[in-house]
Amino acid sequence: MDWLFFGEISLAGLAMGGLYALIALGFVIIYKATRVINFAIGEIMMFAAYLFLAFAGGLEMSPWVALPLAVLGGSILGGVIEKVMIRPMLGESPISVVMVTIGVASILVGLVELIWGADPQLLPRFLPREPVFIGEMYLAPKIAYGFLIGAALLILYLLYFRFSRGGVALRATASDQAAAYSMGINVRRVFNLAWVFGSLAASLAGVLVAATGGLSPQFGAIGLSVLVVVIVGGLDSILGALIAGVFIGWLETVAGAYLGGEYRMPATFAVLAVILVIRPYGLFGTHEIERV
Amino acid sequence: MRIGDAKQTYEADEAIWTSPTQKFWFALFLLALLVFPLMANAYLLYLGCLVGIAVISTTGLNILTGFTGLISLGQAGFMGVGGYTVAWFSLNTGLPFPVTLLLAGLLAAAVGILVGLPSLRVKGLYLAIATLAASVFLHFIFAEWESVTGGMGGLSLEPAHLFGVTFQSDFRMYFIIVPLAVLMVFAARNVFRTRIGRAFIAIRDRDISAEILGIDLLRYKLMSFALSSFYAGVAGGLFAYFYRVVTPESFPLSMSIFYLAAVIVGGMGNLLGGILGAAFMTLIPEILKLLTAALTPFYPNAPVFMSPMLEIIFGALIVGFLIFEPHGLAEIWHRIRRFFSLWPFRN
Repeated sequence: MDWLFFGEISLAGLAMGGLYALIALGFVIIYKATRVINFAIGEIMMFAAYLFLAFAGGLEMSPWVALPLAVLGGSILGGVIEKVMIRPMLGESPISVVMVTIGVASILVGLVELIWGADPQLLPRFLPREPVFIGEMYLAPKIAYGFLIGAALLILYLLYFRFSRGGVALRATASDQAAAYSMGINVRRVFNLAWVFGSLAASLAGVLVAATGGLSPQFGAIGLSVLVVVIVGGLDSILGALIAGVFIGWLETVAGAYLGGEYRMPATFAVLAVILVIRPYGLFGTHEIERV
Repeated sequence: MRIGDAKQTYEADEAIWTSPTQKFWFALFLLALLVFPLMANAYLLYLGCLVGIAVISTTGLNILTGFTGLISLGQAGFMGVGGYTVAWFSLNTGLPFPVTLLLAGLLAAAVGILVGLPSLRVKGLYLAIATLAASVFLHFIFAEWESVTGGMGGLSLEPAHLFGVTFQSDFRMYFIIVPLAVLMVFAARNVFRTRIGRAFIAIRDRDISAEILGIDLLRYKLMSFALSSFYAGVAGGLFAYFYRVVTPESFPLSMSIFYLAAVIVGGMGNLLGGILGAAFMTLIPEILKLLTAALTPFYPNAPVFMSPMLEIIFGALIVGFLIFEPHGLAEIWHRIRRFFSLWPFRN
């Protein structure tokens, strides 16, 4: 066995997993606060990446201006989706709400195709190009820097949720909605905030992933990999999202490199199936007790 | 206004036909289905067959999702099992179509039971994701098990045949598909008059209460999975006979979502809704095509916008129905009927 090759593949996988962790974090924030499983997260990522393309490519802005603008656009999109389409579904069955997000995903794919066309596109380069070596192992610079930016946002998020007023409100709402409400927390605003923050994380990850692999209207399919991540980690666990994100990213890349690209999805979904049978609520998720 | 609808026995309450008027209209409807292929052109026949297949599959998914409350994102996968079964048997054994379709349904039902096994332990959205996993595995098998499924190239098959008659035209396929669709919807209607169907509904309304009432959850959930996948398998088999080719890409994930959307748009837990939803969702792309064709002389690049517009309309329909008309087309239908039967009074 070629350990250097294995190391390089693993490293690329772990970096990719870091980005998965970021997307999964966005997913978990939304789920924790609002109990909505957001099937449209891949499409929100895609939308932000296309915005970046429009700002940096079409309008020829500096990428470092375009990036925050695109991420801002993605977050606003998340907020608008929550206000217009998720809010009216409050109290409906989870099936219905999930189907709404699937509908939203379809609308976003159509919009993107309508505006930017169906052909795959490349994002303008904005990350440094010098190859990165860790020890002897080579790592593609796009992936390495993408990982660093993603990790920075991740740490910011964790600090925000731990210490800021908004973060505490979010966690309070997640743990007990009624109590949060009676303590004067504006639960509706928290719901909106959760969607904005979740979409923000997803948007940044979207631009970074698209920068490494290109962009097309099918880009949202990455949402399926993220779905695996959050189920394995536990839908309401941030720690779970981080660990499972890194693990699934690694597994996907290693399976793709050693067995061939067609094994990427089955490999991660096999892990998903095993987890569903052994621990249906995920590795770190809360086991909900149901009462009649 | 219609009056005198008091029921005095349970039999009368459970009867499928509550009035002679109903029987009359249904007979007329059947007659229309029979006359339709004689009058319709090739394009309408093609649409009729597509709607028939969609009705069978949607009814199947409605049993599982609408009546038992188990969401499945694996419908396309089960249809694929049916499609490949029909293709393989017709290529390798030359069995007539009733046998291959039955086998397709049974094999799909077996796979459905296998996929349904986690349903006792996981439910709700976790279950949806388990079925999603199943459809990923099934797609993988369709693409990679080349000796049986022909890999990415798929399988081409001979037209359906029975007693020396081959069904190669849409006209003849119509006479397999539509009677089968009527029969299967009718069967589903009858299931919900029995203990089994009522158990499904009890599980949907509250599974824990249902269990306390003495319903064996695992058994009935698996039964629902089996029944639903049987329908999907038969629909997939008809799909294979209709297009005479199956590939892994014939049964994509978007197809599962299409059927879920048809159930929702039609009305969850309502057989009439399943039929309306299936017809409506199948015809929407065709209506859009007609519209594009009409617009092309004025806007030459209208066809370019068709496929994205279709995506947008598809999504908007799902979202719109869920927000504004959660009981779907069936509810609209009932409202219209109520208007006429209560006339001249309102409500």
